[in-house]
This record gives sequence, structure tokens and C-alpha cells, in this order.
Amino acid sequence: MSITEILFWFLTVLALGGAVLVVASRNPVYSILWLIVVFFAISGHYILLNAQFLSIVNIIVYAGAIMVLFLFVVMLMNLNAESEPPRRNNLIFASLVSGCSLMLVIIGALRSSEEFIKSNKVLAGGEAGLIKVLGKTLFNEYVIPFEISSVLFLSAMIGAVVIARKEQ
Amino acid sequence: MEIKWYIGLAVALFCIGVTGVLTRRNAIIVFMCIELMLNAVNLLLVAFSKMHALAAPATADFVTRASEAQVFVFFIMVVAAAEVSVGLAIIVMLYRNTHSVDVNFLNRLKN
Repeated sequence: MSITEILFWFLTVLALGGAVLVVASRNPVYSILWLIVVFFAISGHYILLNAQFLSIVNIIVYAGAIMVLFLFVVMLMNLNAESEPPRRNNLIFASLVSGCSLMLVIIGALRSSEEFIKSNKVLAGGEAGLIKVLGKTLFNEYVIPFEISSVLFLSAMIGAVVIARKEQ
Repeated sequence: MEIKWYIGLAVALFCIGVTGVLTRRNAIIVFMCIELMLNAVNLLLVAFSKMHALAAPATADFVTRASEAQVFVFFIMVVAAAEVSVGLAIIVMLYRNTHSVDVNFLNRLKN
């Protein structure tokens, strides 16, 4: 087992365990902290795939900005008490069954393309994820979507302010 | 590393997110599970771009082609950030009106 495989399995266990604990934690603050662990594990996966730019953006945007926003909202509304009434057991069981059967359906559909899955490997190195290549692609071919996304951000900002404003 | 392990990881993360959306009633945790699903899809897009990079010859034009998937992941992150800000504003407004973030309070349009 090479060092890459050991790291891959470590990060996979970390991501899946963190994801299960996000769903299972009673306290929303613990859920948020486990989600940060999941995002760091996914950033580690990006580094293993040599997608350096995306791993840094993932840490800055998701673990840095979005999760701080979630923590702010939870603490502002004082939701860190375990206030959620327990759901009926058969409903939990039903959603577990439907989640597992969705996974079975997707994996079963993928098994029909067995040759594709068995013959293809993922390149560990490669230049495709470096900032230089990505920047050239972004500013040569995708410069209009890039500029439009700034309008999207502006409208999201104005929308958030308008929605969260107190009624006069 | 073979592509099937990446597919399996992304599918498992996505299904955990789906189960969370179905199980939990706290609106914030439902929202976090949606973020989890978005991240699973992002991871699979990056893995497929790397698989594509291995399958085809490494010409100069091809490197740009392979990095296009990662540009799309970048745009997904942009949209997710905008979505989170608006969604959390909606949750704050919901809490202000009902003093709860339980999604079961939102069935008022029923009947």
C-alpha cells in the first residue's frame, strides 16, 4: 500500500465519519464542527488529486466563510440547546431505508458500466489543477460567466439584507 | 487510485446528505446536508477531470480542456456561497416570525 492510498483511505474514513456525525449530532453546533472536519477531508482529497487551487478555495470559502456564517446564525439565535423534539422512530427508519436504497440504485446503475469503471484510473499528478492553468482557462474562455457571477453575488447580498431586515 | 473508489465515496457522501435532509427537522441542519451533497458532487467532478486527463494525450490544448471541469467546480462554489447567504437570511426571518427553526412549522400553506 503506497502512501497515497493510505492517505486516501484515511481521508475517506474521516469524510464519511464526519458526515454521519453531522446528521446524527443532536446539538447544531457539533454538527457544524463536524461539517468543518468533512470540508477539510475533502480539501485533502483535492490535494491528493493535485487540484491545489480548489483545495485552498474550499478551505477559504467553505470552512472559512460559510461555516462561520452558520455558526454566527446558530449562536445569534441561541439554538445550541438541544431543542429539537425527537422524531418518531418509524420515520427515521423510513428515511434511512430510502437513503440506503438510493445508494443501492446508483451503485447498481454504475455496475452496468463495469468496463468503464474498471479500466479508468485517476491521474495523481498532472497540470490541470494548478493556479496558472486554471487562471488561463477562467480568464480566456469563461470571463463572461466570471463577471456575471459578480452580479450574482451583488444580488445575493442585497437579497440577504432585504430578507433579514426587521419590518418597520 | 481507481475511479470507482472516488465514485463510491461521492455516492456515499451524497446519500448521507439525502438521509440527513429526510431525517432532521432543524432547518439549519437540513441546509448543511445540502452543502454536503454539493461537496460530494464537486469531489466527483474533480476526480472525473483527473481521469479525463489521464485518458487523453497531454497536449497543450488538452490541459485547458481538463481544467474546465475544475472551473465548473469553482462556479459551483460561487453559487453555493450566494445560496448560503440568502438561505441563512430566510432562516433568520423564519426564526423571527415563528421562534423556531423546525421545518414542520412550515406546513401552514397546507389545508
